Amino acid sequence: MIRLGRIAKGWRLYVLLLPALVYLILFQYVPMYGVLIAFKDFNAIDGILGSPWAGFIHFQEFFESYVFKSLLTNTLKLSVFSLLISFPIPILFALLLNQIRSRLTTRFVQTVTYAPYFISTVVLVSMLNVFLAPSSGIINNFITFFGGEAVNFMARAEWFRSVYITSGIWQTMGFSAIIYMAALSSVNPELHEVAIVDGASKLKRIRHIDIPSIMPTIVIMFILGIGSIMSVGWEKAFLMQQGMNLTASEIISTYVYKIGLLNAQYSMATAIGLFNSLINFTLLILSNSLSKRVMGSSLW
Amino acid sequence: MKALTFNDRLFTVFIYILMAFITLSILYPLYFIVIASFTDPNIVNKGGILLYPSKFYFDGYNKIFDYKPLWTGYANSILYTICGTLVNLAVTIPAAYALSRRDLAGRTPIMMLFVFTMFFSGGLIPSYLLISKLGLLDSIWALILPTAASVWNIIITRTFFQSSIPDEMHEAAVVDGCTDFRFFFSMVLPLSKVIIAVMALFYGIAHWNSFFEPLIYLTSDNKFPLQVILRNLLISNEVSNQMVLDPMSMADRQRIAEQLKYGVIVASCLPLLIAYPFIQKYFTQGVMIGSIKG
Repeated sequence: MIRLGRIAKGWRLYVLLLPALVYLILFQYVPMYGVLIAFKDFNAIDGILGSPWAGFIHFQEFFESYVFKSLLTNTLKLSVFSLLISFPIPILFALLLNQIRSRLTTRFVQTVTYAPYFISTVVLVSMLNVFLAPSSGIINNFITFFGGEAVNFMARAEWFRSVYITSGIWQTMGFSAIIYMAALSSVNPELHEVAIVDGASKLKRIRHIDIPSIMPTIVIMFILGIGSIMSVGWEKAFLMQQGMNLTASEIISTYVYKIGLLNAQYSMATAIGLFNSLINFTLLILSNSLSKRVMGSSLW
Repeated sequence: MKALTFNDRLFTVFIYILMAFITLSILYPLYFIVIASFTDPNIVNKGGILLYPSKFYFDGYNKIFDYKPLWTGYANSILYTICGTLVNLAVTIPAAYALSRRDLAGRTPIMMLFVFTMFFSGGLIPSYLLISKLGLLDSIWALILPTAASVWNIIITRTFFQSSIPDEMHEAAVVDGCTDFRFFFSMVLPLSKVIIAVMALFYGIAHWNSFFEPLIYLTSDNKFPLQVILRNLLISNEVSNQMVLDPMSMADRQRIAEQLKYGVIVASCLPLLIAYPFIQKYFTQGVMIGSIKG
């Protein structure tokens, strides 16, 4: 009764909350309910509830299909490599940039390095097309200038992941570093002063003061990274896809788009999407509980 | 301060060189696109490093100005960005304030309801079917409503309120008989210009750059925003066919098509390019506020 009273007294707060709640239920939770069609043979006339049940047949069909193995490996390789390679770089960058004492230089470098974050994926991929073009692109001109042979980077499957990851680092390194720079700025300067008196070199201070101080931030960012491992930026993979590089660039999300929206196999595509989300969610829970046990810090 | 040891000095030099290299590797490609857009395509296509524009050539831009779909796309993008961002702010700011109040009954379960959607979603097809069922396909609402709020941004805003609106202030207002509405509109909002700017920025950029939603939800050519037009022009290479109609050799066509790409990229990034120096301060602040909570 006391609780009800509190709700009634604070009704105005709920009014403020209402639009967000409506949005959340309509556009987040209703689609979650729509996931039911993964277990049905969905047709638009009967709707979600009326369509006949199909059990796990769509999942089974997907697991047994010839694309399953390559889709899963492509998705895992792309996301795991992305995470392992792109994750440490902003940390190193922040640690080194933090060593520069001139405020002006630091500000300038930061401003420049997070500028690419604003560039849209479409423009980024077009830039890649321009710079990596086999005959007129700068990179290939360098290669041929030094006697090498021009490579059609954008069309070759074996180059897909490298181009994807490198351009990702180029675009997001500065942005991801902001959070570490913020953590570094709160390191107690006395620690450094004491270490300097003790004759510790800059490298030693980075290793024994800076890194331990930002470790909680690093762990949290890593868990978040693992939690989104299966949702690798599909826009970019989609835009970088060409007929020739499909053997590496076809990932689960691009495949869901194709069979779901282009071929209208709604139930099948939903099943594949659900499979993807479930892996994602499991990885997040696992990494979170692992970090809680090992590091003592976690998301919840 | 003690004099630096030799190793430390070496290390500092190394850092400066590395930072210079990183800065250049980010600035140069951007700079290249700009100067290539008005340099003679023969020079650009030869490859090599361009340091300054030589042999000015504006035909590319003339073609771009004449290409109507690009400008329709521009107008659409501006419309979607403004409307979308206004809706985002109207949903995010009040919700974040309500969630920042400790006396909101049921705060924890409501928060969990929000956070869960960050890690699990129905996925593409159920969302698409919902939009189609609501009759929103091929309308501006399909771009605005499904992205009306981002839980991540609500959390950042809530963190801001928790750290910048002291409880005492609210208590004092209550004693004076101030309702939550009045407190929110006449006390909280005026104190929150920074976070409103940050959110407008985050949401605005997301709308301006959004490509996927318009791709799947829109079907009429004249409703496409800039990013979809750009994709057709730049990546699917519709340039040479649509924009270069005058009779000329295949080679010439190819040449101009390449040149157009640079111009189109510059035109599409222009608003951000102009605004960047002014908004980047807010951008950092936003990320910093977010980092308080991790």
